[in-house]
Amino acid sequence: MTHVIPASVPQPSFAEAIKGRYFSTRRDTIVSLVFAAIAIWLGWSLVNWALVNATFGAGQGDVCRENMHGGACWSVVSARWRIVLFGLYPFEEQWRSGLACAIMVIVAILSCVPWFWSPRRLPVLWVAGFAAFYILMRGGLFGLPEVTEQNWGGLALTVFIFAAVVLLGMPLAIVFALLRRSELPWIANTMALVIDTIRSLPLLSIMFTFAIVLPFVLPGWAIGDKLYRVIAGYALFFACYQAEIIRGGMQALPNGQEEAAKALGMTYWQRIGYIILPQAFRNALPPTINQIVITFKETSLVTIIGFFDVMASGRAASGTAEWNFATIEMYVFVGLIFFVFVFSLSRYGAYLERRLRVGTR
Amino acid sequence: MASFLKDKRVRDTGYQVAFVGAIVAVVIAFVVVGKANLDAQGMTSGFGFLERSTGWRISFSLIEYSTSSPYWKAILVGILNSLFLGALALPVATVVGIAVGVMRTSGNGMAELMGTCFVEVFRNVPLILQLLFWYTVLLGLPAPRDTAPVLGVFAFTGRGIYLPGLNVTGGSVVLAVCGLAAALAALLWLRNGRWSRVPAAQARKERLLLWAVAGVAAVLCLWLGRIPDTPLANIPEQRGLNYKEGIRVSPELMACVIAIAIYGAAYIAEIVRAGFNAVPRGQTEAGHALGLTSWQIFSRIRMPLALRIVMPTLINQYVWLFKATTIGIAISFTDFFMVISTAINQSGQTLELIAILMGGFLAINYTISFVLNRVNDAIKLKGTQLRI
Repeated sequence: MTHVIPASVPQPSFAEAIKGRYFSTRRDTIVSLVFAAIAIWLGWSLVNWALVNATFGAGQGDVCRENMHGGACWSVVSARWRIVLFGLYPFEEQWRSGLACAIMVIVAILSCVPWFWSPRRLPVLWVAGFAAFYILMRGGLFGLPEVTEQNWGGLALTVFIFAAVVLLGMPLAIVFALLRRSELPWIANTMALVIDTIRSLPLLSIMFTFAIVLPFVLPGWAIGDKLYRVIAGYALFFACYQAEIIRGGMQALPNGQEEAAKALGMTYWQRIGYIILPQAFRNALPPTINQIVITFKETSLVTIIGFFDVMASGRAASGTAEWNFATIEMYVFVGLIFFVFVFSLSRYGAYLERRLRVGTR
Repeated sequence: MASFLKDKRVRDTGYQVAFVGAIVAVVIAFVVVGKANLDAQGMTSGFGFLERSTGWRISFSLIEYSTSSPYWKAILVGILNSLFLGALALPVATVVGIAVGVMRTSGNGMAELMGTCFVEVFRNVPLILQLLFWYTVLLGLPAPRDTAPVLGVFAFTGRGIYLPGLNVTGGSVVLAVCGLAAALAALLWLRNGRWSRVPAAQARKERLLLWAVAGVAAVLCLWLGRIPDTPLANIPEQRGLNYKEGIRVSPELMACVIAIAIYGAAYIAEIVRAGFNAVPRGQTEAGHALGLTSWQIFSRIRMPLALRIVMPTLINQYVWLFKATTIGIAISFTDFFMVISTAINQSGQTLELIAILMGGFLAINYTISFVLNRVNDAIKLKGTQLRI
């Protein structure tokens, strides 16, 4: 038996690691020091503004106005956070709006658990979560007073639009992707034209068209509420991008997969449902999460069409004469809300990408 | 009948006819209903309204425009403003993005940390929120009378930023820029053609000559286009409550440029970082073995390879960023989208104007990706230049 001598790589000590990372050459040292100085200056100014010199507490509006400590005025958040989160939702019913948002967040967290990743569980989870959200928000059932969509607002409206878009857009995207790679040339080419056209238009113009223009070209019974038209337009836009992502996932599959399924005598829908789509989604998971992140961020565009989403309600919260000096603080607060959602989702996406890469090696 | 349907070719034709027919039917139904609705409102459809005068003002315009100008001119102003915004924001985004991407792959811990913070902060917050944030910050700058010019020529005020300029006509500026762009195109063309065949020293000489000719031509254009009886340089000065002279950059335009440039830079930085990581280590190690300095390795080996790798992704990013310029409407920057939406409000010619909007964006985006794809074809690695 031969002795295997393990290759010994000398592990650098802590001090050596620091030196290698920050001070390996003279230029490295200078770069490190300059950036450290900038970072300390930025960090210090930020801490001073946001914490040391800041004003807290709901009743401090006058202290803020006379300025004071020279820092941020978080009183505006303490005083107006309800508007940002719930918009014009009736005050006594706002717990429903909060609970509904919490349910959607839980649904989002649960869909990160691999146990739910099956073609049956994931749709069921989302449809059930969305239904619970809608019933809680809309009311009219189980003794809850009815609150119509016109009174929805703030974070709840943003979450509603986002969830509805993903829920509608995902099946649509699968249909688009299948049509796009159909073997029948007219279907494939027409779909390609539709997808490419919509992808080269700005989202804002699509939303605008659906909100303002569509009523002109629809018969009266089909017009519906402006909110649902915008959701339909956004879902169409999402579906066109997502279809291309799914198609990319399908193209990465070796031809043998489909040929083997054919050889086993599977029908078209069996091949798609059991062989192609599950693997395509696995391949397309990182860009899909990226697309969902972008979709959540761009939901904020509905504020331009005139909806009272979390962006617009943030502006409204600091738009009164009482708080008009605290706009920046309000934007920072709304920005933090977005940051928490988007950052955690994109970190999760990056983690998944690493994990999947390990799996296929 | 049943046996007829069993023929696969017949069924396939049937599917295709049904699919295309359904889409065409939906479009025709839209047109018919739209026409009926418009007739009911007594509107005339067609593009005749483009000749009517608008009656509304546009705050920022690169060409001459007044309230009596026709609609087509207002739309042209909007398109030019959008292109102008894109032409300012995309290069800045590229430069900042490359810098941050380089920081994140530099191997220096401090630089990587800063780069990561930049990307994570600006990529995870919606663009429109960043736009409103920068706009509020810019409007919060001190009033003109409370400011002093920085370095004597720049003024940062709540009413806009004042820069020194030249007293020349707009046409000559366009001409000069076109000359430089032509020189750049010629450079790319010659690089792959003539200069790859002639000796390197001669190619360098010819390159210098090309730039010299283009530079002289540009300066000549500007000189000939001088506005008579004014000094050549146009420096902002404080007079009374405001600044006179100089070039005023409105807070709207500035906020749009900053927001799109920073947001785009965060995305471009990630793309560039992926590109640097995709350059095989062997390339760098070979450079070290040949005794190149680390700057030479960066500028001659890693950077060119990385940029070629990421070019296709970057092209998509540019198209996407250009589409993002439409959010200017949130702070009333009169871009293409804003002009169209104002025109819809004012004239009611909804369908025609939406058609113009979509046609305009399709044309612009296809042009961007067409031009950049040609650039990509010209510079991309051919054959087996990049062996891994």
